[in-house]
Amino acid sequence: MQQFFQTLVAGLAQGSIYGSLALALVLIYKATEVINFAQGEMAMFTTYISWALITHHGMSKWLAFPITLAIAFAFGVALQVVVVRPLARASVLTVVMATIALLVILNGLASWIWSPQLQFYPSLFPTSSWAIGGVHISWQDVGTLGVSIGCVAILGAFFRFTKIGLAMRAGALNPAAARLLGVRTSLLLALGWGFAAALGAVSGMMVAPTVFLTPNMMQAILIYAFAAAVLGGLESPVGAVIGGLALGVMLSMLTAYVGFVTSELQLPVALGVLLVVLLIRPAGIFGRVVVRRV
Amino acid sequence: MAALLELNDVSARYGQVAALHGISLTVGEGEVVALLGANGAGKTTTLRAVSGTVRRSGDVILGGKRLTRSGPESVARTGVAHVPEGRGIFTQLTVWENLRMGAYIRRGRTDFKTVLDYFPWLDTRRNQQAGTLSGGEQQMLALARAFLQRPKLLMLDEPSLGLAPLVTREVFRVVTDLNQKEGLAVLVVEQNASIALGAASRAYVLETGSIAVSGTAEELRSNDAIRTAYLGY
Repeated sequence: MQQFFQTLVAGLAQGSIYGSLALALVLIYKATEVINFAQGEMAMFTTYISWALITHHGMSKWLAFPITLAIAFAFGVALQVVVVRPLARASVLTVVMATIALLVILNGLASWIWSPQLQFYPSLFPTSSWAIGGVHISWQDVGTLGVSIGCVAILGAFFRFTKIGLAMRAGALNPAAARLLGVRTSLLLALGWGFAAALGAVSGMMVAPTVFLTPNMMQAILIYAFAAAVLGGLESPVGAVIGGLALGVMLSMLTAYVGFVTSELQLPVALGVLLVVLLIRPAGIFGRVVVRRV
Repeated sequence: MAALLELNDVSARYGQVAALHGISLTVGEGEVVALLGANGAGKTTTLRAVSGTVRRSGDVILGGKRLTRSGPESVARTGVAHVPEGRGIFTQLTVWENLRMGAYIRRGRTDFKTVLDYFPWLDTRRNQQAGTLSGGEQQMLALARAFLQRPKLLMLDEPSLGLAPLVTREVFRVVTDLNQKEGLAVLVVEQNASIALGAASRAYVLETGSIAVSGTAEELRSNDAIRTAYLGY
């Protein structure tokens, strides 16, 4: 039972990282129908920036965190304006190719600036653990879960309760109608990329202490995030977060209880499950099947 | 009557296909004007030329301000509420969220109370998903949302489309109400000439992208030649 709870919390913590990156993917997909393949590398790059702020500029970890979020936000906005907006009339495939180009560019740039060597990334949380009734829960796990879910909740409240958040949802659903109501949709799209980049930065900074900082650190995480987003139905922000948590718990349970699933097998198993879910429910767990009259 | 909206020699095209060939029309302050004609005559394109959802040339002037180079966002902010074909409801948002979107360009607190005076039933349905409303209710929601924009000019594209005659009459009753009590100017596109002429004071009849006939509603209704040739009733 102790092991079960420990595994559960660790899984939720991992899952919250997948979930926040998955949510970043869903935000952009809902607004533009583009899958941003560079989402992981954007997160990696901004995590390096936070690392440089902490280790090279002596900034405190807790100050570096919000500053990095702000930088990531500005980075996302700039990316939309400079790269994505000029391609607005191009096909979705063209934009997807541009994000893949960006993935490679950011990866190379990070190696060039900070060297491809593994770096130690200081955790925001103490390395000790917390014992309740014989169950040892690490602060790292609780902190990761809390920060990731907290950021997701803040974003959720923004979309639900603010005027701009509502306009962003409306603009994603029906851009033409939103523009007729005076909504500057291109401005809000840039804002959406900013939020997605900031959310990605959260996942990067949360995962870096456990996987260490390297230019390739987000590549497997991005695949888990894809899996989580698709599990959730790609169109559902709540689905993406729940998909991420479910995936995290499932993987940590499999490695803990199923002997032959080693960490090498985690990724294939995750994608195997993804395939099975898609065979049974092609629209994902929270996706809506759209029925159209033709 | 001072002209609120003025179109001078306005042309519009979709790619290679010209849809409007230099039309001119006016809508006065507080006036209801109908735009009639057959399918493909350019009625919808005329509204789109005003709201900036189609590329146009010539002069589109609202309250002295030239709109010809403005996109739909700025036209909306200048005071035009365009309820497009298909109503442009956000079907996956709630009724209340749709109304909040109407007030998007307004600053400060929104006066939802006045809207509820005209559309009292909206209050009890506020948390309902807008897509689950009936066609008539969706048309009313689109009207209420447009009213919340506090526009100088309301443009309606075929409000009767897909609605039962009784519901259509109710929609036009509300439009007339908004015009008389709020002084809202209305430009309405309709296939149903009879009901549109009942609500409008003047009308333009479009034929293949040009204005064929114009006059007061009374003149158009009483002229049998025009009625049979253009209005089909």
